[in-house]
Amino acid sequence: MHKKRKIGNIIYHVLVLAFGLVMIYPLVWMVMSSFKETTTIFTTATKLIPDKFVLSNYSTGWKGFAKTSFAVFFKNSLFISIAATIGTVLSSAIVAYGFSRCRFKGRGLLFAAMLATMMLPAQVLMIPQYLWYQKLGWVNTYFPLIVPYWFAIQGFFVYLMKNFIDGIPRELDEAAKIDGCSYYTIFTRVIFPLVKPAMITGLIFSFMWRWDDYLGPLLYVNSTNMYPSSLALKMFADPSSSSDYGAMFAMATISILPAMIIFFTLQRYLVEGISTSGLKG
Amino acid sequence: MGKKKQTLHHILNTESAAGVICTLPFTIGFLLFMIVPMGISLYYSFCDYNILTPPVFSGLKNFQKMIHEEVFWTSVKVTFKFAFISVPLRLVFALIVALLLFRSTKMTGIYRAMYYLPSMIGGSVAVAILWKRLFALDGVVNKIFMAFGMKEPISWLGNTKTAIWTLIILAVWQFGSSMLIFLSALKQIPVSLYEAAEIDGANKWQQFWKVTLPLLTSTIFFNLVMQMINGFLAFTQSQIITQGKPADSTLFYTVYMYQQSFQFGNTGYGAALAWVMLAIIALITWLLFATKKLWVYEGGF
Repeated sequence: MHKKRKIGNIIYHVLVLAFGLVMIYPLVWMVMSSFKETTTIFTTATKLIPDKFVLSNYSTGWKGFAKTSFAVFFKNSLFISIAATIGTVLSSAIVAYGFSRCRFKGRGLLFAAMLATMMLPAQVLMIPQYLWYQKLGWVNTYFPLIVPYWFAIQGFFVYLMKNFIDGIPRELDEAAKIDGCSYYTIFTRVIFPLVKPAMITGLIFSFMWRWDDYLGPLLYVNSTNMYPSSLALKMFADPSSSSDYGAMFAMATISILPAMIIFFTLQRYLVEGISTSGLKG
Repeated sequence: MGKKKQTLHHILNTESAAGVICTLPFTIGFLLFMIVPMGISLYYSFCDYNILTPPVFSGLKNFQKMIHEEVFWTSVKVTFKFAFISVPLRLVFALIVALLLFRSTKMTGIYRAMYYLPSMIGGSVAVAILWKRLFALDGVVNKIFMAFGMKEPISWLGNTKTAIWTLIILAVWQFGSSMLIFLSALKQIPVSLYEAAEIDGANKWQQFWKVTLPLLTSTIFFNLVMQMINGFLAFTQSQIITQGKPADSTLFYTVYMYQQSFQFGNTGYGAALAWVMLAIIALITWLLFATKKLWVYEGGF
């Protein structure tokens, strides 16, 4: 009986591990290919480990295209992602506090609108928003990629933080009120410091979504030197600008690096965020 | 003066005022970045408009054009096919893997990371261009198949039958977030139910069908709704990998919409397409909710 169980365990691990390796194979292949000599990538496609480890793909790729280095593209991505993320997290925290702690006229309607933004996808809004931002003169600026996020328009984050604030005991608010806090200072002094775990989850998701965003920059950014890395990578991969697959994979590898780092260091928050709010990651 | 200031201060510090003020960013954002653009586009969807010339009201012309446009129906068909194949497959994989990983061992953390990783970066341009290369004529997939004895490489992306499957596989590959949701739902099922089932003589297989699955139906429902919406809106990957080619066999609705509005300049028509898309999604969601009481168990444990 004992032996049978042990064999069962081994089969389980072999199966789960084997299937897991199939899952990540394409990614490992890409990372490995970025270290192969670019001419050998497809001739040695079935081999994972490079015959000769080279870094030349990274140096050629880094030069970028149209006289713009990938350093610029990554810097742009970083700027957009960070600016939008800070806005999302801060504004969502305040709005979530309002929904969680205050009853006021129209709250129900507003809350329903907030939930609706979670269902209403960016793709449906792309044309209407484009026309609107064009009227505002925001095309070919970073405004459409940053400003809206400062207004808590992503219901996901509000919902995430509201759930979290709902779990903070109201006695803390009462105590603070007795000590002379207003509704606003309760937020800044009591709730805000306590809501940090939910804010970290929010930071992670927002940063990754902004970093990966392709549709937004595709619509609103026209000048090459303003491209974020997602758009730059697409242009870089177009046959007209480059067929240097080594360099392409090298830059693609760098572009997924932030997500990887976040994933391996902050996995706990990620899993929590997905399972409590139940939204896609 | 001092008294007046006092009252203002007082009014601002009432619960309802604080609520309105704290939620103000959202109220403004919602009006400014959702309602206004949607209003504008609703109007344009009834107009002849192509960015360069001012919009001219044309009634239902855009919608009539849609009905007679063959490409429109192709894109609807392609999108439905994609969503109705990829979403169920994704959920089945998510559930199977969640059941496998539910058993906790020392390796569980690593396994979970392996299975979730593709979902984490799957939406990126990096993965899209990788996918395009994997399925290229001289790509890895052909190389692997040929190592196993296939004679001629297959043009996966160039064939109307296979191209959509490369996108479906890419979508199914990213089952990670559904899997995590299933995992947390599985953890909430009380052990006592399984113990009771065991006493009644149910084997593992029966336990799954009689205890686990019924109790998971509400989670399955939730995942189904969310993933369906996402499925209908797939954009980045198809726009980069196939751009609707070959012969419109992978022309997703969103890609068609994008092409019409931003490449061919038919903005009014594009706006009409967006509204029809919204109606389709609402309809699908409504249909799913209508079937809910037939198969979703919502009682407690």
